[in-house]
Amino acid sequence: MAELAQQDSGHKKGKKKGRKKMSTKIDLTPMVDLGFLLVTFFMLTTTFSKPQTMEINLPVKDPIENPEEEPGVKASKSLTIIMGEDNKLFWYIGLTTEPLEGPNGTNYTADGIRKVLLEKNATIADMVVLIKPADKSIYKNVVDILDEMNISNIKRYALVDITPEDLELIKNL
Amino acid sequence: MPKVKIPRKSTTIDMTAMVDVSFLLLTFFMLTTQFKSDDMIIVDTPSSISEIKLPETDILNISVTKDGKVFFSIDNKNFTREKLLAKITEKHPELQFTAEEERAFVLSGSIGVPLNELKGYLALEEVDRKMYPQPGIPCDSTRNELGDWILQGRISNPGARITINGDQGAPWAVVKRVMNTLQDKKVNKFNLITDLEADPNKLKGI
Repeated sequence: MAELAQQDSGHKKGKKKGRKKMSTKIDLTPMVDLGFLLVTFFMLTTTFSKPQTMEINLPVKDPIENPEEEPGVKASKSLTIIMGEDNKLFWYIGLTTEPLEGPNGTNYTADGIRKVLLEKNATIADMVVLIKPADKSIYKNVVDILDEMNISNIKRYALVDITPEDLELIKNL
Repeated sequence: MPKVKIPRKSTTIDMTAMVDVSFLLLTFFMLTTQFKSDDMIIVDTPSSISEIKLPETDILNISVTKDGKVFFSIDNKNFTREKLLAKITEKHPELQFTAEEERAFVLSGSIGVPLNELKGYLALEEVDRKMYPQPGIPCDSTRNELGDWILQGRISNPGARITINGDQGAPWAVVKRVMNTLQDKKVNKFNLITDLEADPNKLKGI
């Protein structure tokens, strides 16, 4: 190594007389390469979309002392949505045992449940929506329905455990 | 006819402008980047129109994967994770962690092993830990360790916001159990992590 360096410097000093004008331009291509390499790296490792959140408030889980005093919901004002397995969706108005309307099958699209919700929300004053996801439904279904509540601007809704009667009701649909 | 001479042009182009652009982009990405956490669990969240942004710290997150496994994670602001592990050891004296295992706990992402497997899991090398088939935190009625984690996590960081990060295909039965556990621990307000979706009402207005 040392030898090489000596030779090199010898060459230069020996031949050059006076200062040669050197161009001030340097080749920037490697620098660009490096720059874009790093850009690519950061682009691929970064997470841009900060996740959104949906806030939900559940009622306090306390044993109710006097079940009779619990304010009930008028049957004609309650709309029940049942989420079954395989993205099936049903709705009815009134009690499980004697539905006033339905049970009808529908789907999660804008023409499905959203249309029903908007229609019923307009006709029934103080409508309460009871959301009953079956154990076999998936999480996406529940979030979709909660989202529909926001879209249709329905303020009164509740997540309710599904009952065997509900399952019986939708079994043949 | 004289020949038309095309003057030879140099093929080198000035790279300065390109360097400027590339370094501008580089600076932008370096400053805005947040590294993807190297969590082993894959969760594909459902979408909603909600636009509430998730804060970066003070998060106590419960993930539910597609196959119904439950994972727990908490960020390490103000040494929350150290405190949390100390609390867990306090409650379960049979678990004694070495300093290395403690460090592994602080640095690891989501925890998805039952308490009796936790020591063995933390003792693994980092590479092996990623390969370890985590069975999820038990949260059924017979053995509800998730409740303990939530309780101790909230004691370690009282300001923590509780989030549920569920996969689209997560079975509702499991998510319901998680929500019931939260309610049992007097947590009635929590956030569901979702992706953003266009609000049809706003779209109509355009």
